[in-house]
Amino acid sequence: MNWETVIGLEVHVQLATKTKIFSAASTAFGAAPNTQACEIDLAMPGTLPVVNKQAIDYAVMFGLAIDAEIGKTSVFERKNYFYPDLPKGYQTTQLEQPIVGPGVVDIQLDNGDTQSVRIHHAHLEEDAGKSLHEGNFRSGVSGIDLNRAGTPLIEIVSEPDMRNAEEAVAFAKKLHSIVTSLGICDGEMSQGSMRFDVNISIRPQGETKLGTRTETKNLNSFKFMEDAIHLEVERQIDVLEDGGEIIQETRLYNGETKVARSMRSKEEANDYRYFPCPDLLPVVISDEHVAQLRDNLPELPDARQQRFIADYELSQYDATVLSADAATASYFEQAAKKSGNAKLTANWVAGELSACLNAEAINLEQSPVNAEQLAGLIIRIADNTISGKMAKQVFEGIWNGEGNADQIIEKRGLKQVSDSGALEAMVDEVLANNQAMVDDYINTDADKRKKKLGGFMGQIMKASKGQANPQQVSQILAQKLAKML
Amino acid sequence: MHNFTITELIDGLKKKVFSSTEITQHFLARIKNLDSEFNSVITLTEDQALAAAKSADQLLAKGEAPDLCGVPILHKDIFCTDGVRTSCGSKMLNNFVPPYDATVIENFKNSGSVMLGKTNMDEFAMGSSNETSFYGAVKNPWAIDSVPGGSSGGSAAAIAARLAPGATATDTGGSIRQPAALCGITGLKPTYGRVSRWGMIAFASSLDQGGPMARTAEDCALLLNCMASYDDKDSTCIDRPVPNYSASLNNSLEGLRIGIPKEYFSEGLNAGTEQAVRDSLAEYEKLGAELVEISLPNTGLSVPAYYVIAPAEASANLSRFDGVRYGHRCEEPKDLEDLYRRTRAEGFGDEVQRRILIGTYCLSAGYYDAYYGKAQQVRQLIRQDFVRAFEKVDLIMGPTCPSPAFKFGAKGNDPVAMYLEDIYTISTNLAGLPGMSLPCGMVDHKPVGLQIIGNYFDEARMLNAAHQFQQVTDWHLQAPAGIES
Repeated sequence: MNWETVIGLEVHVQLATKTKIFSAASTAFGAAPNTQACEIDLAMPGTLPVVNKQAIDYAVMFGLAIDAEIGKTSVFERKNYFYPDLPKGYQTTQLEQPIVGPGVVDIQLDNGDTQSVRIHHAHLEEDAGKSLHEGNFRSGVSGIDLNRAGTPLIEIVSEPDMRNAEEAVAFAKKLHSIVTSLGICDGEMSQGSMRFDVNISIRPQGETKLGTRTETKNLNSFKFMEDAIHLEVERQIDVLEDGGEIIQETRLYNGETKVARSMRSKEEANDYRYFPCPDLLPVVISDEHVAQLRDNLPELPDARQQRFIADYELSQYDATVLSADAATASYFEQAAKKSGNAKLTANWVAGELSACLNAEAINLEQSPVNAEQLAGLIIRIADNTISGKMAKQVFEGIWNGEGNADQIIEKRGLKQVSDSGALEAMVDEVLANNQAMVDDYINTDADKRKKKLGGFMGQIMKASKGQANPQQVSQILAQKLAKML
Repeated sequence: MHNFTITELIDGLKKKVFSSTEITQHFLARIKNLDSEFNSVITLTEDQALAAAKSADQLLAKGEAPDLCGVPILHKDIFCTDGVRTSCGSKMLNNFVPPYDATVIENFKNSGSVMLGKTNMDEFAMGSSNETSFYGAVKNPWAIDSVPGGSSGGSAAAIAARLAPGATATDTGGSIRQPAALCGITGLKPTYGRVSRWGMIAFASSLDQGGPMARTAEDCALLLNCMASYDDKDSTCIDRPVPNYSASLNNSLEGLRIGIPKEYFSEGLNAGTEQAVRDSLAEYEKLGAELVEISLPNTGLSVPAYYVIAPAEASANLSRFDGVRYGHRCEEPKDLEDLYRRTRAEGFGDEVQRRILIGTYCLSAGYYDAYYGKAQQVRQLIRQDFVRAFEKVDLIMGPTCPSPAFKFGAKGNDPVAMYLEDIYTISTNLAGLPGMSLPCGMVDHKPVGLQIIGNYFDEARMLNAAHQFQQVTDWHLQAPAGIES
């Protein structure tokens, strides 16, 4: 049977506010456990929440970015359950009246198609702390770190509009692109800044009723998400084709071992006993404030992509890659403006630079090569001072802190020889010293001669210690050989 | 000295008739000598009190004394006090020492007052007799075999026994007014949002409100001047200037329209109590007021609505007491569930557990609409009753509670009989209105309270009416037998 996959996502986005959603404690990542938890985060008796206005603004900005209805009045509710990393015994979240209503996100697939994914709503809530269990903490006991407790989140809930892993990943990447472009999230997936819960069901091709879904929770990389979807779809197909039934359940996927397991079934699910939080007034947002936020909205990825195509004559593909997140886009633009060569800059940012960053698992802000330095390198490639091959050496030198492009070119003596007189002399010398190769060339059938050119090129480049301008050499060589025929 | 009112103490301190140290020592000695009989104080803070009195004396000597400088008072043990155990009358918090002050406590510190100690109360303010306290019941100084009322029974009994001239208290369903009535003192529950709830341990967040207790309305005005403030740490606190409540005490009552709700004089009201209240109303007529019969038709629904809303909020508010971070923790828990079960079973008394269970039930899936949703609708109806009434009258008066202090154990086995004790007080909490109780007669040698309900933020008019009554009556001057006046 042919099966159709149906996927919906719930995405938790940590908002990049300096302080927590209901307290003044810092949200910075990586501090020693429990050093960023104040009496409110610890749920000490008598403490009360006060909502962070920046978090409200960030949520509204997201709503505006996806063209959603903004909840003029949104209400925080208490979601009750016991867990040691949930200090109050309830999570303050939104349910009936969320801050962001229905909206739409357009995604682009690899084949160039665009597709819309509807957003059901997005709501504000607080993150929980972290439990450190045996293996990650002392033997025999669990530890609790409440630094993360109270970090503001928006939870974005999509409609079940995706039909395969590629679409789900494209959607997830687009959300990443939107929230980082807005500057409302740092986008650091490895630090948990964005986490995905994937709802998956399958149904026979042509069926309109949805199948029973499972929810795979807390995926924090695009790759894990893709793998987890493939695994779960295969599992569901196996179950149904063996005559079994899908049980509505929550599942956990381990990206390291590539194994998923059931966490709890619907029957074991909590009754969360939601009710409006009496410690917080409904959040009322005026039309004027929404208008002000709309007017000051940073450039969004779609608009930026169009601008890159128009202003820098980039290909659709390059424009998509370079406009995806704000940091990459701004780096590219700085380097392109400085170098005056957008196409080469695009190649270097998306190619060598991005590969080196990935290899060292660092982000653009931590890059040892800044935009100005990269532009300096590109200028020297464009003006033929160095070849592409030399450029890689120079890039390596900049990366290792040896200085800027010109300094490294000078120090390593990497200047390309482009003087035609010198190059002609070099070619003449190589031809004179390799009469056998020249004879062989002349005696070869005309249509196969081209293949023989490489041998001459190699000799000439060797003779020039790699500094001859290859394009020029190639031209001179072709002319000289033609005269010999 | 202990018969002085706060007004008289301030006068004496300013005129150097006595020092703060002298009166502080006097009240500390009284508590130490007499409170073994009444059990009104949980924690005596002798050293801090003497230190505060010494500082107050220095300020008084310099002539820089703030309003309540040097005045010794007691605080209900529901207000968090930095460095001083705050138990909330519960075993759960028997070991809890907050690292912060409630805003109310901070206000009193800034006003130069001296904290003598922390008063006994029903556990987590849940009770109308003070019998639910982990520290044992408080005895009514007027009749040692009878209850002082609750939950602020410790504050009320201490004032009646002249162990302190004034005290803080809180009122969720009558917890200031009912004990004030039963102990023959004056107490005021302000409009919801007038006094900050920061650092006041929550019972039912949408109903809880702190307020003052003293022997006279004049003293309550002085205490409220200090207690009421806008506080940005409490989102439900209302940003509105605090009037000088002392300034209007002597206004004439000529033409004051007093609403008499017929529902407050129906079945269940003790005949002696009714007579005392009617006599007081006649007194008001003599003062120039006009009595207007009104109807608050939904009064009968207030107790059932309250016993859904208050336990629902409490069930969530008390979830934080889980043995993980502070407070009581069971010995040797074998797993997480065992930790929760035994910690909470051991740490909470029966009444608290009963209300957590009621609240949890009311919020459960399938019951929410029938209970919590319905109760919120009733709450709106009750609020509308009052809004309509205040279109016709300036104040509403009636009995504070159905009968004088009952004997210990009389209602202990019948929660509903106990809940009906608050039938006249609960509506104002549901509506968020201010209410107060002042002594207005005696039945069987036990005090009777007259309740005054005001419109929103109309505390000044209520205090004015109460003060004028106290100028022509002497119920508030009477002292229990054995407490020489």
